Amino acid sequence: MARAAKKPLTDRARAERKLGLLLCAPAGIVMLAVTAYPIANAIYLSLLRSDLRFPGQREFIGLDNYVTVLSSSLWWKDVLHTVILTLASVSLELVLGMLLALVMHRALFARGLLRTAALIPYGIVTVVAAFAWRLAWSGSEGGFVPKVLGLSTDPLTQTSTTYLVAILAEVWKTTPFMALLLLAGLALVPDELHEAAKVDGATAWQRFRRITLPLMKPAILVALLFRTLDAFRIFDSVYVISNNGVNRPLESVSVLGYNTLLNRLNLGLGSAVSVLIFVFVIFIAALFVKGLGTSLDEQTGAGK
Amino acid sequence: MTRSVTALLSLVLLLFALASCGGSSSSNGGTVTLNWWAYNEPSGSFREAADRCTRESHGRYRIAFNALGNDADTQRQSLVRRLAAKDASIDLMSMDVVWTGEFAEAGWIRPWPASFARQVRKGTLAGPLATATYQGKLYAAPANSNTQLLWYRKDLIKNPPKTWDAMIDQAAKLKKAGRVEIQGAAYEGTMVWFNALVTSAGGRILDGPTKVGGNKQALRTAARIMSKLAGSKAADPSLKNQKEDQNRLAFETGQAAFQVNYPFIYPSAKANNPKLFKEIGWAPYPGVEPGKPAKAPIGGFNWGVSSYTAHPQEAFAAATCLRDPTNQRAFAIKGGLPPTLSSLYDDKAFKKDYPFAGLVRRQLEHAGVRPVTPLYADVSLAVYTTVSPPGNIDLKSVVKKLTERIGDALKSKGLL
Repeated sequence: MARAAKKPLTDRARAERKLGLLLCAPAGIVMLAVTAYPIANAIYLSLLRSDLRFPGQREFIGLDNYVTVLSSSLWWKDVLHTVILTLASVSLELVLGMLLALVMHRALFARGLLRTAALIPYGIVTVVAAFAWRLAWSGSEGGFVPKVLGLSTDPLTQTSTTYLVAILAEVWKTTPFMALLLLAGLALVPDELHEAAKVDGATAWQRFRRITLPLMKPAILVALLFRTLDAFRIFDSVYVISNNGVNRPLESVSVLGYNTLLNRLNLGLGSAVSVLIFVFVIFIAALFVKGLGTSLDEQTGAGK
Repeated sequence: MTRSVTALLSLVLLLFALASCGGSSSSNGGTVTLNWWAYNEPSGSFREAADRCTRESHGRYRIAFNALGNDADTQRQSLVRRLAAKDASIDLMSMDVVWTGEFAEAGWIRPWPASFARQVRKGTLAGPLATATYQGKLYAAPANSNTQLLWYRKDLIKNPPKTWDAMIDQAAKLKKAGRVEIQGAAYEGTMVWFNALVTSAGGRILDGPTKVGGNKQALRTAARIMSKLAGSKAADPSLKNQKEDQNRLAFETGQAAFQVNYPFIYPSAKANNPKLFKEIGWAPYPGVEPGKPAKAPIGGFNWGVSSYTAHPQEAFAAATCLRDPTNQRAFAIKGGLPPTLSSLYDDKAFKKDYPFAGLVRRQLEHAGVRPVTPLYADVSLAVYTTVSPPGNIDLKSVVKKLTERIGDALKSKGLL
């Protein structure tokens, strides 16, 4: 292939390439319009003093907005909240998702039904799911959980229990997604290896640790990558469960960005927050992709 | 191939045409459709006013009611994100009294033309009128005013307290229902409470639109009272999450002897708990120092006309109709929202359904107005994120923190 490209192209090949580019162009333009432009615009706005309430006072201020955000204790508090939410929910999801995937993989009957049923929470709109959790747990809004558990205080007024509810809501909602990605990984593990190990007298736990997990590593990393990126940008459930952002100890970085942009209309500062979230997300993605690369190399034996 | 491309294109065009049908102000047959974005007043009196004015315009305009969220913060967010994008699909809007400075400064609302302004000013109480005025110009029509009263249970309390300290002590001694219901969540309602405490203590949150208030003692006193309630037995356990409606609910279900809230709770209790309704008494908003009457909060809605409407004449006419005496009486009697027209307080029929009318008018004359500044939203955010949850107020550092944060907010810098 590489050699062929260096040869002078025939007219036919050139025409085909042109057609190919033309056919791809709409998708390319759409991608540029909906991703590249907003990102570039956000970066540009983050370098301005730009407040929608004072349209006349727009000026270039360089990195001032970033200095403001990074030197603010509120930003780092919210980063901490987000990291807690991300670590707790993703690790729980990984364990539960793996169990669910094993069950779905081993199911002898009604496989299709089982898989569809497991996916239902993922199909529910996040805001709706978050409201369901909030209304079930909120003492002041008449939720049933505090009554059933006999709690004397409203769980949504205590920081620790509010976190618990937000994490549970997130786990409930996205475990099926995790399970589905892991299921795809499980399908890659050949049965022969398991049978051979069984013959050698390996226990089920040994087989899971020494065969299933190593072979599934790329699938696990992909699942973790998707979920960590999602969880770090958590907005809907936190916004709803914290009562439209009123419960500040639960505030995530996305809620902070939302407040700065849509409540204070401070486009410059808000864009700086958004760009920083983007940078964090890219950093997380890069870490995972690096891990993914090594594990793929290990498997194919290519090495670095 | 060409034919299918044409078919696809026409499909796309058709979709666009369909989409634009659902859109903004469209006129058909001479009747202009005005989109009114307003608080979805629970008794439905706003919707009914829209229908009534539509009928009475005799085909000149039709007011389409679009409901905004339930609390002031979400209402403002919905409006400003559209107005900042110059969205023409808003013709009229209900504006909380504290938005006038911001909306006018940003150029989102039109100043009222002289002829309409004259009509609005006639017979309107001075307090509400001041909330609709920015830099000497009338930017909105005061539709209803509002103030909080002290509501109490006559079966539990014989002499209603005159100060916050007295009320907290009295409630904490009660064997049952010993709670004081007040807004304490991190939102505008807590700013209302804090502002009332500061102004009642003789201070101000801002001295002028761009300067932090100089009377630090008043800030300290206000924070002390909030902190005292939060730390006492009289506090509702969910104080830090409570908004007006949660207070209403807690009071209606008999959990509290006191409630500091707007009069909407009165018709609501009548409908939801008639037995408790008979025991509801009212008293002036509690003061800070004995013998010194409080500066009660002033709230309410003004009707504004968007700068981006295509039909300003019809919009001003409709806004004028939506606040006429008939509609204001309906807002008051059905929804418990006090009128802005002075004459309605003398109306016998109105007084019968609104027995606290005299007290409300007296409080509105000496109300503690919230700071007037285009940066109100930031100032309010700075205040309520500092004093909510009231249980976490550190009395040693709170004044310094408030001064710093409000100072930052006034320069629209810093994260809040």
